[in-house]
Amino acid sequence: MTQQAGTTADFPGPEDVFGPSHADGGPELVQLLTPEGERVEHPEFSFDLDDEAIKGFYRDMVLTRRIDVEATALQRHGELGIWAQLLGQEAAQIGSGRALAPQDFVFPTYREHGVAWTRDLDPLRLLGLFRGVDQGGWDPNANNFGLYTIVIGAQTLHAVGYAMGMQRDGVVGTGDAERDAAVVAYFGDGASSQGDVNESFIFAASYNAPVVFFCQNNQWAISEPFERQSRVPLYQRALGFGFHGVRVDGNDVLACYAVTKAALQRAHEGSGPTLVEAYTYRMGAHTTTDDPTRYRLSSDVEAWKLKDPIARVKAYLTRNGLVDDSFFEEIEEEAEQLGHHLREGCKALPDPSPLSVFDHVYVDQTPELAAQKEAYAAYLDSFEGAH
Amino acid sequence: MAEVSTGSTQRITLAKGLNAGLRAAMENDPKVIVMGEDVGKLGGVFRITDGLQKDFGEDRVIDSPLAESGILGTAVGLAMRGYRPVCEIQFDGFVYPAYDQIVSQVAKIHFRSQGKVKMPIVVRIPYGGGIGAVEHHSESPEAQFAHTPGLKVVSCSNPVDGYFMIQQAIACDDPVIFFEPKRQYHADKAELDESLTLADADPLFSSRVVRAGSDLTLLAYGPMVKTAMQSAEAAAGEGKSIEVIDLRTLSPLDMGPVLESVRKTGRVVVAHEAHVNLGMGAELAARITEECFFSLESPVLRVGGFDTPYPPSRIEEEWLPDLDRVLDAVDRALAF
Repeated sequence: MTQQAGTTADFPGPEDVFGPSHADGGPELVQLLTPEGERVEHPEFSFDLDDEAIKGFYRDMVLTRRIDVEATALQRHGELGIWAQLLGQEAAQIGSGRALAPQDFVFPTYREHGVAWTRDLDPLRLLGLFRGVDQGGWDPNANNFGLYTIVIGAQTLHAVGYAMGMQRDGVVGTGDAERDAAVVAYFGDGASSQGDVNESFIFAASYNAPVVFFCQNNQWAISEPFERQSRVPLYQRALGFGFHGVRVDGNDVLACYAVTKAALQRAHEGSGPTLVEAYTYRMGAHTTTDDPTRYRLSSDVEAWKLKDPIARVKAYLTRNGLVDDSFFEEIEEEAEQLGHHLREGCKALPDPSPLSVFDHVYVDQTPELAAQKEAYAAYLDSFEGAH
Repeated sequence: MAEVSTGSTQRITLAKGLNAGLRAAMENDPKVIVMGEDVGKLGGVFRITDGLQKDFGEDRVIDSPLAESGILGTAVGLAMRGYRPVCEIQFDGFVYPAYDQIVSQVAKIHFRSQGKVKMPIVVRIPYGGGIGAVEHHSESPEAQFAHTPGLKVVSCSNPVDGYFMIQQAIACDDPVIFFEPKRQYHADKAELDESLTLADADPLFSSRVVRAGSDLTLLAYGPMVKTAMQSAEAAAGEGKSIEVIDLRTLSPLDMGPVLESVRKTGRVVVAHEAHVNLGMGAELAARITEECFFSLESPVLRVGGFDTPYPPSRIEEEWLPDLDRVLDAVDRALAF
């Protein structure tokens, strides 16, 4: 790890703390694949999978971007009320998501569509929340993927509590790779200002909980730039809480995979939490209701386009002759099918019954709520033509 | 409660009843976890968790960092993992840092997940005044939680109820906000028949007539039950027959015994320490009016704290509704 807790020598000096934030992520950025598609080595982190895996990551990222594009279009067509775009964050999500073991558990924000993809959640299930037919109706325990959480940062505490449960279940530090489990808490640069996120750091450190805090620093919390949230690089905050922090190129899927894998390894073996700051950029709007032209320069967006997470993998695969045209054509065909699935599936999502609102407020429904439901049903039935 | 008793009895305080109830719940279910500030070695500032960490270990009785939102937020994760956290909030006025996690997460996750994720969390809150404390240590925020769908809210008033109700709350698959009248913790003793089991206890979400009467129904819960009983006794000396109901459950309300009583007496006074404005008394008055309007001989009157912040302790006895203020309301209702 780049930062060792408890050793003064590794604490940042004043020049690191008070210097300008680095537009390129700074010299501390872990990178294994350059924007030009060249593999580079890092003294601490290495990518230990083969080129087949990289091809798989490429496919994941293209399909994830397609989910995002289709959902955005569905919102424009009035089929979704809103959509939170992930454009530009595909590498951070696919790289970290693919580093997870099946027994690991994910606590997402509402933008983790790529992570959901790595957990084999049907992307159609994500749309219900944004269409307004449910509030995230998937079973968190079916894919070890928690429900989207809209209150910023609240899920990081849930993640730590879940990890504390894993400790009590004896599935941490057993040495059995099939058994050792950990939690990944996703959040963003804006959430880093929330009390809950800071409390989650404290609880995780205090109990040495098996958690990877995966922060996608996409530079923007709606209209507020990263500098409004923090005067130090976020990964350095981990030091103050007593655990490791590392900044990774969030647009480099190989580095995101390698760093997350290493952090998970530490969590699995019982070495406690790690903060990963994936340095990336929100290429789209905050959501489909947002207008980023009001608060940021198009030249910044253009500069980040040159660091596109998918383009660099394509360059790597092509330059090294690892794929031919049919590879890209097959993925494109798959993306078409996925788009069709989302378009048709979204429109077919049924509206819930108005009476269903009463059903899951409690495990054991109260007599007064049962009476309210009954009265409302009778009221609805009182209209002419009601059935 | 069962009338027949064969086992030995012991006289216990509310603090002891809660402690014994927690212990029984932890013995019966290894998934029950107690967490909060100072609940371990110290046994809680009121000693309600006394001895539990010694007997059940640090994994099950967790001294938490001093962060209420953190306590509730991690309890959510533990519940998702299959545990049954019992969270102690040290004092009523310190629950607000955890309010977001309670209202936006604990209360809504079962609904959000369409029934796939349960939140069997108990939040224990010592509440109410009368102990001469500084600010934030004497409040009665129960209505704020009773107003939140997804939560269940109860308050015990005596040692035996404390013993059974805490066990029932822990066994409940829904989140329960459990209000404990702190000035009663070490005040009065009651007999606990140790042969009784949970099956003998009244259901958690039920109200109970604790004194029969025919002229007026006096509704109370938590710390005010004792005041209500004393008021009824004093009124009896003046020839007034007051029926006292210990509500016990605030959400859901158990209106059955209340309505039955009001249909008999025609007059109601609701007493609580919390501010009157939009308090439990307001909801009770509305429900009573909706359900038995033609049985009422007078408006439903409320006695409670004034609509001010809780006062400095040297004047708290004046601020808190006491026997005289309750009797004043009783007189006004009877004279209507």
